[in-house]
Amino acid sequence: MIKETDLNTAIWLLFLGVPLAAWQMGEIYTITLATKICVLALAGVGLNIALGLGGMVSLGHAAFFGIGGYAMGILASHAQSYAPIMETPFLIEGTKSMPVIWVLAIIMSGIAALAIGALSLRTNGAYFIMITLAFGQMIYFFAISWPAYGGEDGLSIYVRNDFPGLNTLVPIQFFALCFAILTAVIFLSSRLEHSRFGMALQATRQNETRTQAVGLTPYKIRLIAFVISGMICGLAGAVSADLNRFVSPTMLSWHTSGEIMIFVILGGTGRLFAPLVGAAIYIMLEHFLGGVSDYWQIFLGLLLLMVVLFAPGGVIGLLTKREAAHD
Amino acid sequence: MPLALFAEQVLNGLQFGVMLFLMSAGLTLVFGVMGLINLAHGSLYMIGGFICAAVAAFTGSFLLGLGAALAGAAAAGVLVETLVIRRLYARDHLDQVLATFALILIFSEGTRWVFGSFPLFLDVPDLLSGPVSLPLGIQYPAYRLMIIVVGLLVALGLYLLITRTRLGIRIRAGESDREMIAALGVDIAWLYTIVFALGAALAGLAGALVGAIQSVQIGMGEPVLILAFVVIVIGGIGSVKGALIGAILVGMTDTLGRFLLPQFFATFMENTSATTIGSSLASMLIYILMAGVLIFKPQGLFGGAS
Amino acid sequence: MKALKTLMASAAVLMATQATADVKVGMITTLSGGGAGLGIDVRDGFMLATQMAGRDDLEVVIEDDQRKPDIAVQLADKMIQSEDVDILTGIIWSNLAMAVVPSATAQGKFYLSPNAGPSALAGRGCHENYFNVAWQNDNLHEAAGAYANSAEYANSFILAPNYPAGQDALTGYKRMYEGELAGEIYTQLGQTDYAAEIAQIRASGADSVYFFLPGGMGIAFLKQYAASGVDLPVVGPAFSFDQGILQAVGDAALGVVNTSQWNKDIDNAANAAFVEAFQAEYGRLPSLYASQGYDTANLIISAMNVADVDDQDAFRAALEAADFASVRGDFEFGSNHHPIQDIYVREVIKEGDVYTNRIIGTGLENHADAYAADCSLN
Repeated sequence: MIKETDLNTAIWLLFLGVPLAAWQMGEIYTITLATKICVLALAGVGLNIALGLGGMVSLGHAAFFGIGGYAMGILASHAQSYAPIMETPFLIEGTKSMPVIWVLAIIMSGIAALAIGALSLRTNGAYFIMITLAFGQMIYFFAISWPAYGGEDGLSIYVRNDFPGLNTLVPIQFFALCFAILTAVIFLSSRLEHSRFGMALQATRQNETRTQAVGLTPYKIRLIAFVISGMICGLAGAVSADLNRFVSPTMLSWHTSGEIMIFVILGGTGRLFAPLVGAAIYIMLEHFLGGVSDYWQIFLGLLLLMVVLFAPGGVIGLLTKREAAHD
Repeated sequence: MPLALFAEQVLNGLQFGVMLFLMSAGLTLVFGVMGLINLAHGSLYMIGGFICAAVAAFTGSFLLGLGAALAGAAAAGVLVETLVIRRLYARDHLDQVLATFALILIFSEGTRWVFGSFPLFLDVPDLLSGPVSLPLGIQYPAYRLMIIVVGLLVALGLYLLITRTRLGIRIRAGESDREMIAALGVDIAWLYTIVFALGAALAGLAGALVGAIQSVQIGMGEPVLILAFVVIVIGGIGSVKGALIGAILVGMTDTLGRFLLPQFFATFMENTSATTIGSSLASMLIYILMAGVLIFKPQGLFGGAS
Repeated sequence: MKALKTLMASAAVLMATQATADVKVGMITTLSGGGAGLGIDVRDGFMLATQMAGRDDLEVVIEDDQRKPDIAVQLADKMIQSEDVDILTGIIWSNLAMAVVPSATAQGKFYLSPNAGPSALAGRGCHENYFNVAWQNDNLHEAAGAYANSAEYANSFILAPNYPAGQDALTGYKRMYEGELAGEIYTQLGQTDYAAEIAQIRASGADSVYFFLPGGMGIAFLKQYAASGVDLPVVGPAFSFDQGILQAVGDAALGVVNTSQWNKDIDNAANAAFVEAFQAEYGRLPSLYASQGYDTANLIISAMNVADVDDQDAFRAALEAADFASVRGDFEFGSNHHPIQDIYVREVIKEGDVYTNRIIGTGLENHADAYAADCSLN
């Protein structure tokens, strides 16, 4: 069968190649779709750290994705209207600079992940799934009913934010930026997986008692992983907001959490490139089935069901014929 | 504040709680016995509402509709259990979440395909339309009183079923040791199907009862599903008693929060922003309640160590 | 006079068919999930008008936004970047419109709104390429406030969901209403149980109730209100009383007064033709949303008759003229490209087995929106 590393290289090259080809042929929309896949895959890579490595089934990661999005929305909308966010005790102004926005998005979603994680990780199993879901809903309802930043209407940013040296409004340049971030984060996530911390994290998933016996604190390890995972989702949210030039509470809804999870599982839980493959399949299905029937979600549902029942290793598992190390 | 208004709001909270109990009882039973997280439970609630509306429109009888909703939801439960769910018991929670999420998509769009995109009509039976007079001068809708009664009867029925019958013994045995009761010769597959159908029927009943005073439409089950999750997390997953107490706690907190918080903020701030802030906070209140419970009892109020 | 106008319009169709370039319209609307009924009505009304006009130089691309803003933005990108449409239309919800409209108009496309009219796009955020063919969000609520004055209500209890359109609704009502408020409640978006609110209404000593609860929320409220025994008069905007959901409310809605810019009994030739053709084509009565879709298509066709879409200034001027036979009767655009129109007061009645509305008066005549002064277009 195909070796997973070979397959990963092929996937990576494919994802670089298709948009470049589309660029040459003037198929602008294909580039936009590829960018969307990259951004959603980035959120998936974040979730995969909690889900695949740490075995933490979180149904509330939309919260971090949305907080990242709102970090971008709030900063950029203040820059757009030239109204400072805060004047006392010291002046904070909005910004249209992507790197600054990203850093803030990562910090804000990290803080949220720390708070939610610290409470949620006191529980496990089904409790953990439902408490993360409920925290997600709490933030979702807050965003809808809080009028300052548009409530359910969300925030529109008319022009994409700036990145030094690039014209981000040109689709291929923005794609290149997103693809570079995705590649960097996948690389970091692979380093993390094979680091001492990554080993310890996987140990907590496989056997909690034994992990404790060797002197590690599973709670602390899980919490750190949960925060890293939330931070990556926050970054993905900020980039996604820039792709759409728009943020709204929909980013925070539990359907978003479900979709991010679907990307990971469709690709193959715990595998490095799973989120990219999963997001690609999902977006393409949405794109093509949507044109075939108004009731396309039935087919999407059936397909997902088939994957869960008959291909537990996801698509990558199917191609490499090796059962994923998830238990 | 007039006492009658407060008493009426308490009744409203109780009625909301009882309705949540009908949803959560099935969810918590299925989790307790089979260890399954079923996100599609809300779809069974929706199916109950749609079947009741369709049958009531066709026959003109709400009672027939209610019966059909119970039977239809139970049948849908059996179908789903034998085709899909039983393959998931041995899987981890992750696979269960994804598979039942897929079922939501199939059920929602399937229902839309069959019944169309517009909400269906379902009204309370004539016998129970209009209010009844209660002490303190309260006028309370008869139908809502009926929901409270039905809900409490179901709670009693479930209690008797679990403590007094052979099926109940098996259910309890299944909760404490799945392998053992299979070894003792109990037909475990059959037991699981029955429990799942029972949970589905309760969800269908709730959907039909509530459909008559709310609206029968696609996606009606999802907000209730999430509240039901909150309920069983507070009560302790797997505990029917916990579900009852959790449901009433959530019902009361939500109803009284929506009612009292804006008034509380209005005592020290301008009216419009008090309403906005009070309502925003009220919508998050049950989640705050849940977080509070889990800080002190990570397994919920009545949850055993799992 | 109106018949003559219609006649002239159709003569113009014949003359101009060959004169202008093809127009490509991109329609992004909600065709699946919970709110699909509204999108389907807008689409059907729009397509009916294009069929009746028999134009083969008008191409329509339709896509489903699933009521998700990010999908809507993506579809708009697709239509602009790879379909190269001239005009976008179809969005039902204000939050989706806020996501799509500013960037679409900034990219030099026309956007014609067949349903949503958020205040941000009517005032400071107005744009020369943005036209609203339905109403500004506050309009129907303002008419309800005016109606409350004429009905001599002096102590209203008002409620709406806690989100921007809900806040706009109550602001709109209060802008016109001159009496006292017995209470003001913001409910949760998507809330379906109103027992607690109805209890407060009962205790408040109000003489009337105004509510804005679109979709399933309104169905639930009306049924629960009818069962509660509170018998104060209720007023609402047309959204809770349109043809699609009225059948689900049933008797609980009978006699309720609501405000709308359209009804099927408005007496003009265009409307009669529309109602008849819609029933013949789709086998159901048209709704408010269908009428808005129909008007939107006819507006586009009227502009195509006199201008080439590639000449943006001429096409924009043609749209501004609004020289088409609206099913609402008189229709013109204000300086911010929002309608100036009559808003009627309707009452829910039962015709045979079907619940529907009839007009009982006019709430506001030649009404424009409150934000036009903030708009820099003049």
